[in-house]
Amino acid sequence: MPKLTETRYAYGEALLELGSQRPEVVVLDADLYKSTRTVLFRDAFPERFIDVGISEADMVSTAAGMAATGLIPFCNSFAMFITSICYLPIRTQIAYPGLPVKLVGSSAGLTQGPDGASHQSLEDIALMRSLPNMAVVSPADEVETRQATFAIADWPGPVYMRLGRYPVPRLFAEGYRFEMGKAATLRDGGDVAIFATGHMVSKALDAAELLAQDRIEARVVNVSTIKPLDEAAVQKAAGEVGLLASVEEHSVIGGLGSAVAECVSGIANTPPLLRLGVRDEFGESGLADELLEKHRLTGQLIAADIRRALK
Amino acid sequence: MTISPDQIAGLRRKAAELRLNIVTMMGSNKTHHFGGSLSAADIVTALYFYKMRYDPHNPGWPERARFLMSKGHSVPAQYAALAMLGVFPLEELATLKQLGSRLQGHPAMHLTPGLEGCTGALGEGLSYANGMALAARIRDLSYNVYCLLGDGELQEGQVWEAAMTAARHCLGNLVAIVDRNGLKAMDETKCGKLLDPLDERWTSFGWAAREIDGHDMAAICNALDWAGEQTQQPAVIIANTVKGKGVSFLEGRPQFHNASLNEEQFACALGEVKATLAMTEGG
Repeated sequence: MPKLTETRYAYGEALLELGSQRPEVVVLDADLYKSTRTVLFRDAFPERFIDVGISEADMVSTAAGMAATGLIPFCNSFAMFITSICYLPIRTQIAYPGLPVKLVGSSAGLTQGPDGASHQSLEDIALMRSLPNMAVVSPADEVETRQATFAIADWPGPVYMRLGRYPVPRLFAEGYRFEMGKAATLRDGGDVAIFATGHMVSKALDAAELLAQDRIEARVVNVSTIKPLDEAAVQKAAGEVGLLASVEEHSVIGGLGSAVAECVSGIANTPPLLRLGVRDEFGESGLADELLEKHRLTGQLIAADIRRALK
Repeated sequence: MTISPDQIAGLRRKAAELRLNIVTMMGSNKTHHFGGSLSAADIVTALYFYKMRYDPHNPGWPERARFLMSKGHSVPAQYAALAMLGVFPLEELATLKQLGSRLQGHPAMHLTPGLEGCTGALGEGLSYANGMALAARIRDLSYNVYCLLGDGELQEGQVWEAAMTAARHCLGNLVAIVDRNGLKAMDETKCGKLLDPLDERWTSFGWAAREIDGHDMAAICNALDWAGEQTQQPAVIIANTVKGKGVSFLEGRPQFHNASLNEEQFACALGEVKATLAMTEGG
């Protein structure tokens, strides 16, 4: 059994290191610093850490004002709150002028688990992706999360980074280099291309393993930057396989699947696209794995759906 | 610091000139936010021409005072001040809200030189001003931050989140000014929500508060000086104003919050602000 880690832990440690390298990095939180793991930064750099209390919109607007003076603010809350309560100030004060505020949404998706629908963000990618100037990043494991934390600090504009509290295996070697806007092919195959993001990357690899037993060769592409999308990688796959699939722990409306569909629409002879995710429903309380099972987002069920689509 | 009568007279002249620029740039037969821009005119004048540490030749100077128009629809008053200071050409005011103009209907910091932030959706500006004030502390800079809010805007809940944040961090370099013209887009401010007693609301949130006549130039300048002395806590100036101030038939009438003037009304308005300017020049 490989060692499993939650991406939020890798983020907390990377943020601490970033803070020691970059004095212009400031961190804001809204009463969740132990959950979001900004507690490490808080303890090391109290003069650059602001906990605004339970007021996420206030946090995001405050960060915008700080960014306007040359600081690089990282704002933190649950993915649910940081994208929805704050949508208006994110839009007007951050995305519109392109200020380099980094919004980090923790505990994203169904795997938030027991707290239920009020806390399970299944629309956050759609909301953030729709904003001009906003980049959307969703790393797949601890190595990539660490790299992405440094990369988004360097990115000149605003970024939304989606993290989770679901233990996932390490997928990348230490030498892996995350690059904004680049999708990495983790496994090659010519029958189906599976585009996956975040926690679903390891599930897609599980699915590919199962499909291989049936002699179905699946390509697995880690789309860790959902915007700007690596259109070349998507279009290349579209020209080389018989079926496209997207897998995300998010609504099938507006997320990765929509981004892939937008990318291939209008291209002649594009293979069909199977969009796997939550089908326009709210979540509910349950264990993370129970919820993934219910919404057909385990390796086995992803493989089953792909098998059926290939028939 | 005492302000000389000559200095006050000069500022009143500037305010008259600012109002003339507001009315002129808005013109006739075009929908504009007359009411709130005119009610804020004296406050904006006192900020840019009396109080703020500001170099119009260097609007990016890190140590400059920051002014944020949180009631973004009143940005024509700020455009007028910036143009009068030479941050951009006066002639550009005529492009207000036209396709391709740098002067958008609501503030766009990435387009217009001299603007410190984007506003327009009400209620978000004070938090942003807090961010600029906190950044001064983190970056060891000594600038002050001024944020102009509408009294109607105070009905947005985020304003009070920001008020609590500013007090928690004892932001002595932050000054909020409420342009309390008593009117919103449709109705009197008192419709919809109870705001009074406004000064007590702010003091109970941990702010130093002072109430003034927002069209009395000496009172505005004195209040800004008083606010500068509040170094241990944020300060708010509640400026009682008249919506549409300076054009008699616009004054106190919510229907001119965002409206257009016909040719005749525009000529009338222009005549009034010109007469006021001539009077201040004569005096």
